[in-house]
Amino acid sequence: MSMTQESAPTPTKKMEISDEVAVEMDKVNKWFGEFHVLRDINLTVQKGERIVICGPSGSGKSTMIRCINRLEEHQKGRIVVDGIELTGDLKKIDEVRREVGMVFQHFNLFPHLTIMENCTLAPIWVRKMPKKKAEEIAMHYLERVKIPEQAHKYPGQLSGGQQQRVAIARSLCMNPRIMLFDEPTSALDPEMIKEVLDVMVGLAEEGMTMLCVTHEMGFARSVANRVIFMDRGQIVEQNEPKAFFENPQHERTKLFLSQILH
Amino acid sequence: MQEHANAYVSTKELPQLPAPRNDAGPIAVLRKNLFATPVDTILTLVCGLFIVWAIWNLFSFVWLDAVFEGADREACLVEGGGHGGACWAFVEAKLGQFVYGTYPSAERWRVDTVFLLLALLTAGLLIPNVPYKRINAILLFAVFPVVTLVLLTGGEFELAGGAIALVFVLAAAATLSAVGSVPRISLSRLEMRIATWLLLGAIALMLIAIVLDTPTFEILGFSFSLLTMLAFVATLGAIGLSMMVGFGSGQTTIKSMVAPLVIAALFIFAMTADFDLRYVPTNLWGGLMLTLVVALSGIAASLPFGVLLALGRRSHMPAVRLICVIFIEFWRGVPLITVLFMATFMLPLFMPEGVNFNSLLRALVGVALFASAYMAEVVRGGLQAIPKGQYEGADAMALSYWQKTRLIILPQALKIVIPGIVNTFIGLFKDTSLVYIIGLADLLGTVKRGFADPNWITPTTPATGLLFAAFVYWCFCFGMSRYSIFVERRLDTGHKR
Repeated sequence: MSMTQESAPTPTKKMEISDEVAVEMDKVNKWFGEFHVLRDINLTVQKGERIVICGPSGSGKSTMIRCINRLEEHQKGRIVVDGIELTGDLKKIDEVRREVGMVFQHFNLFPHLTIMENCTLAPIWVRKMPKKKAEEIAMHYLERVKIPEQAHKYPGQLSGGQQQRVAIARSLCMNPRIMLFDEPTSALDPEMIKEVLDVMVGLAEEGMTMLCVTHEMGFARSVANRVIFMDRGQIVEQNEPKAFFENPQHERTKLFLSQILH
Repeated sequence: MQEHANAYVSTKELPQLPAPRNDAGPIAVLRKNLFATPVDTILTLVCGLFIVWAIWNLFSFVWLDAVFEGADREACLVEGGGHGGACWAFVEAKLGQFVYGTYPSAERWRVDTVFLLLALLTAGLLIPNVPYKRINAILLFAVFPVVTLVLLTGGEFELAGGAIALVFVLAAAATLSAVGSVPRISLSRLEMRIATWLLLGAIALMLIAIVLDTPTFEILGFSFSLLTMLAFVATLGAIGLSMMVGFGSGQTTIKSMVAPLVIAALFIFAMTADFDLRYVPTNLWGGLMLTLVVALSGIAASLPFGVLLALGRRSHMPAVRLICVIFIEFWRGVPLITVLFMATFMLPLFMPEGVNFNSLLRALVGVALFASAYMAEVVRGGLQAIPKGQYEGADAMALSYWQKTRLIILPQALKIVIPGIVNTFIGLFKDTSLVYIIGLADLLGTVKRGFADPNWITPTTPATGLLFAAFVYWCFCFGMSRYSIFVERRLDTGHKR
């Protein structure tokens, strides 16, 4: 396995990666009952890095990124996000969650609120922002994901791709320092994947720190500066995308890639 | 080799055609639904005849053969025995009793006022287009109960020092949380900490005062014991301190600071002042008025309490969960009749000497707790129907537990269980007729008592009375049912899961 923290600049990525550590996972272990989902995960994410995590289903990739904002609790090891260690302390957890945005496979928009209300909810209640300012910010991000005209509709009236773009805008409204994507395109119809990926590429180009669980290998190739392959709860291989795809080292990585890249 | 797949490229857009219409028209509908086969035709005819026969009988009973006017039973008797139609004269003569029970005639305007207020406020709240929903809701849920209590009983309660202290403790808690939620003040400020401790001390003193007797004295006509007096003073101190901090910060409005104190004072004034209303003991209450008092207070109490119990049952804190489970399972496990009997006959045995709750109040509490347990299970069903993703979405946005519950989970959960909630309301409304068993004369009770009046004994009196009672119950319940359907449609945001 080769570590490429100081990855050589690749054509599409002109943004710099700073030395500041955004996320640090140190010997993280987690069990679901008797099942050992995460085994000794060591991962350091620099600020500005774009990381794609792939692997077969059940390999623990979702669980790993869900540990970063404590949707899942780890049982052993240490996770430090943006300088704050995640422990049972609810205040610390809330501090981390304020800075970490998350986009889910099934969007998890709130169906009883309009798009605008979905986007302004957290800024108003968590950041204590005045409603008017929150709406301005929400409008700004909705324009960015190219659906400002849907602001007063309900999520149920939007297509899947539009809903996922709203979900991204909703996260951005909190002005997060780190974005987590948990299979953001897996529940979408093929025609809608591109519109979501375009938004994500735009985000990456602005230097957002991103951890992304996805099977979109095209996205990984063009945007990621590091690809992580997980299997059976471990990080099996990580490398910069070019090397990862062209010259995988581990047997399981080779098998996985041969199955998904036709 | 033969090519199986023939290449094809469409050259024109096919036009949209109207849907076929062979099922349209009243005759087609009739034939399809009623006379499709010989068996259908026979069934239709037989059922149709039965319906005509039943409606004719009912109609002649309540209208054609009915007696609408008369001074006593003579009017409703049929010559030569047998029975005639409904004896509406009986209902007319007894209507006052059915509505007010034995409430003194001269004071019935008070009940009428309450009915009118209730109708106006409920209509204002339930009709979406009426403005001022917020004020309306405050009036209905905060002011109206106090007004009703004072109007119906006559007010002028003798509040003990403990009760007064309790009211002010609530006011202090409200002020404290108002100040504490100002962004740049936290509850850890020294003054705020002192205020919190004063408040906790006051609560402790009040609890001690329940078991410990201390010398009592009178201030402003209220009798305080030493301990409750201390508690009262401590509460005032807490309010004063937090108001000082609040005003000092310059970020609070005068309204939010002073409101709790003013409300508490107003409440005590309303409860104790002499409005020159004659005292009407609750054993004179009856009829529809009593039914509404029991049902509406049960409905108003059971929803918030049920929601809290449901949340508690799904809490991650084992103690909270256990308490809620025990509460719910206890109240669901006993019949309402048992609850009412126990409230009436058993509770007094466990009360200290001299303490005597009003029998209506005991019934109210019994009904409310019973209904809460059912409501809790209905609401829990709604909570369980919310997908895990909604909780995670809210968590990932750093919403606190109560924000998440109030803004995300409950609005959706309650919307899902509107039919269940209204079902429980309707059940509760009709179950209130059970209070007849503990000697309270509600609508059904007064109707039944009316049968026994020798002036009105006729073969059709009971049927008429019951028909009337059933119709009144049905109107209320059907109204609730229709409104619930209306609300469901209104809240539908088109999100299918």
